[in-house]
Parts: sequence; C-alpha cells; structure tokens
Amino acid sequence: MNWSWSGFFGYLVNPFILGGVWTTIWLTVVSLVAGLALGFVIALMRRSSSRPVAMLAGFYVWLFRGTPLLVQLIIIYTALPVLGIRLSVVESALIGLALNEAAYLAEIIRAGIEAVPQGQVRAGRAIGMKERDIMRHIVMPQAFKIIIPPLGNSVNGLLKTTSVTSVISMEELLRRTQVLIQEKFMVLELFAVAAIYYLAMTTLWDLVQRRIEAHFGKSSAIGAAEKR
Amino acid sequence: MIELNNVSKWYNDYQVLKDCTLTVERGEIVVICGPSGSGKSTLIKTVNALEPFQEGSIRVHGMEVGAPDTDLPALRARVGMVFQSFELFPHMTILQNVMIGQRVVLSRSSSDAEAQARRLLDRVGMADHAHKYPAQLSGGQQQRVAIARALAMDPMAILFDEPTSALDPEMVSEVLDVMTSLAKEGMTMMVVTHEMGFARRVATRMVFIDRGEIIENCPTEEFFGGTRNPRTEAFLGKILNH
Ligand SMILES: Nc1ncnc2c1ncn2[C@@H]1O[C@H](COP(=O)(O)OP(=O)(O)O)[C@@H](O)[C@H]1O
Ligand SMILES: [Mg+2]
Repeated sequence: MNWSWSGFFGYLVNPFILGGVWTTIWLTVVSLVAGLALGFVIALMRRSSSRPVAMLAGFYVWLFRGTPLLVQLIIIYTALPVLGIRLSVVESALIGLALNEAAYLAEIIRAGIEAVPQGQVRAGRAIGMKERDIMRHIVMPQAFKIIIPPLGNSVNGLLKTTSVTSVISMEELLRRTQVLIQEKFMVLELFAVAAIYYLAMTTLWDLVQRRIEAHFGKSSAIGAAEKR
Repeated sequence: MIELNNVSKWYNDYQVLKDCTLTVERGEIVVICGPSGSGKSTLIKTVNALEPFQEGSIRVHGMEVGAPDTDLPALRARVGMVFQSFELFPHMTILQNVMIGQRVVLSRSSSDAEAQARRLLDRVGMADHAHKYPAQLSGGQQQRVAIARALAMDPMAILFDEPTSALDPEMVSEVLDVMTSLAKEGMTMMVVTHEMGFARRVATRMVFIDRGEIIENCPTEEFFGGTRNPRTEAFLGKILNH
C-alpha cells in the first residue's frame, strides 16, 4: 500500500471537495429545519384526541423509522417518476432527508412535551389560557430544555447521514470523494480527507451544542432544584 | 354566584361524586373537608371545568359550566384556582408568573400587567422576590405567589385545593394569613382544607364530604357547635385529636 502525503494535503484543500463539504452543511441545515417543522406537527398529531389523526401520525413514524433511508431515497428518486412525480436529485435528497428526520424528531419532541408535568397544563387552564397558548408559553419552553440534548445528537447523526444521498448522486462530500477516487485511485488519501471533514463538522457542532446546553442549563439547574 | 345542582361524576363505573348540591353566595367562604379520596379535589375542579361531570348542572356567575357552547377559558379566567402543589411556571420569574395570564388572556399592556403584578406581590409580601425563579423560593413563598397569580386576573371567586398540605408546618400560617385577609376583603372562596382553626375563624359555611356525598353543609357555628352526622363526628374526631 502506498500513501501519498502530497495527494492527501492536496485534496485537503481541493475546491471540489470543499464544495462537497458546503453541500453537506446546507443539506443538514435545510433538512433539519424542515424536519423540525414537520416533526413538530407530527408530534402534535400523535397527541391529538382524534384517533384517526393520532394513528396517521403513528403510521408515519412507524413507516419512516422502520425502513432504511437508502430505500426511501431510491423510492423517492426512481419510483415516484412512475407515478408522474419527477423530482431533481437535490429535491429528492432534501425531501428524503427531511421526511426521515421528521420521524425521529417527532418522537424526541413528543417525549419532551410529555415530560412536562400535567399540573403545569392545569395551571395554565386555571388562569384561562387557551390550549394553543398553554402549548406556546408553558409547555414548549419547558419541553425545549428537555429536547436540546437529544436534538443535538440527532444533528450530529444527520451530518453523517447526509452521505447516504450519494446513492442518488447528490454531490455532497462523500459523493465527491468517490468521484475523485474513480479518477485518481487515491482511495485511502481521499477517504481520510472525507473523514477529517466529517470529524471537523461534528466536532464544531459539539462545541455549538455545548454552548446551547450551557445557556439553557442556567435556568434548568433551577428547574432541577425545584424537582428536589 | 356558584351553584351546583345534583352533580354526579363517574370514572368509568366508579362514582366519585354523588348528587352534590351546594350554593356559594358572593363573599362566602366555604370550607370543604373530608377523608382523603372522598372527592374534594374532584368537586372543586368541576367548578372551573378542569374536571368534566356527567349529571346535574353547575352555574358560575350565570354561566352554565356543563353546556357544550360555554367558553371555558373565559369562565376559568374569572375563577381563580390555587393548587396543593403550587404549579408556578418554573421557566418564568415570579413577576412573569403573575403577568402571563394578564398578558395572554386579558391582553393587558405590559406596563399595566406589571403594575398589577407588583401591587399583588406586595400584597402577599413577595415584592422583594419579583426577579427570582420559583425554585429559589420556599413552599410558603411559592404558594403566596400562586395566590397573587390567581388574583392578577381579578377573579370573582377563588378555589383553593389543600393550599397548605404540601407545606412544612412553619410555613402554613403565612399562607393562611394571606387567605384570611382575602376573606376579610370580601373575596368569594371555596377552600378544601383540614386546617380547622382557619375554618373556624374564617369560614362562613362548612361542607363535609365522604365517599363523594355531601354529608354536612351548614353555617360554621353550627358545624363546630351543634349536633353532627356520625360520619362527620368520626372524621373530626380523627383530625382534631392531634
Ligand atoms: N383520573 C382518575 N381516574 C380514576 N379515578 C380517579 C381519578 N382521579 C381521582 N380518582 C379517584 O376519585 C376519588 C376522589 O379523588 P379526589 O377528588 O382527588 O379526592 P380528595 O381530593 O378528596 O382526596 C379517589 O378515590 C380517586 O382515587
Ligand atoms: Mg385532593
């Protein structure tokens, strides 16, 4: 096995690779935001008093958590056109990632909401607040603190999961690495570069997450003290 | 003002409330006592519709609580409630706790809401703690804030569900003192409590409830002086003996 240091360092600052890093970042951000919005709606639907609504949301979570993202992406990209729905690679990748992420986030959000004691909801009702206002002013701010750590882990996972979209030729970091490998055959050097960039992104996120947790930790330390 | 007529409630096939009839006039202080599990909490929670009931009717200030078209949030905004476990909002400061209902439910301006909140915190002796979070306060202090939070909505009546039973003994009186002063100012109150000293001093009427049934409902002097139902006698014997 031969290892080329010049090849390694060259690819470390290669614009084509850096473009892939950028794509990985915005894929993560956009699918996270879309996944959060959809996940929140699904979490509320799962808690709905209407059985059909709750069951529909339950079915969604079951379906998307029970099948590999790889399969979901291939169905969205190659099978939907059969039904006349033609999506670009970028659209398919974003939709696939967001739908999949929403299923996981819905469970995280639901667990957060359910961890807020029912007495808090009663106290909100007792001063005449509407259910929507109770959710917004009382339940969600408390649920949010509970949600932050699992949500952060989920973002870390998502950064790496975006690489799965390479199977539908989405040009993110892994795909671009593979393209270069096909041309240059520097397998180890290129995968090492890709690994370093994934590590850099997840490490950076860890730092951000710690900051966020510390920020909200101030008031949650108070919250913990209250539960005695 | 508050009128319960033949109210019955079931949890599945277990009947928690049996044909309860009770009227609370404006300015009355009605103390409700009874053994644990007898349905006291359930009874007062039906008044502000935190608990639904299946039979009978409840009217609060002319509003029919059980009617499907009654605006429950509007009704609850007019009837305050204080819980055994305080239930202050832990993510808000004391001041915000007392302001939130005024802001969200009554759409008061921030400065009006704050002025009212500070006035009420002062009244319950908690003005110096406005910037703190609930977890930084003792139980007695939290309960006084909870009373201020209820008062902030300018309620026409307040329901208390064992407001002192979660407190250490030395904190009971600070809460009862606030309640006593409210009573003196003419607030209409329904109070579930076993504090018989408070009841004797403040209540205008006593209600004893056992196994979901109102056994006794009479003026305070009569309750403590007159002849009582044997079930009431047995209960009072237990709680007054120590
Ligand atoms: N959600 C519920 N489901 C079933 N039974 C309940 C529920 N809540 C209360 N109960 C029962 O109803 C009875 C009255 O409860 P409660 O009103 O809390 O009593 P009290 O306040 O007098 O101690 C108790 O036997 C209790 O176990
Ligand atoms: Mg009770």
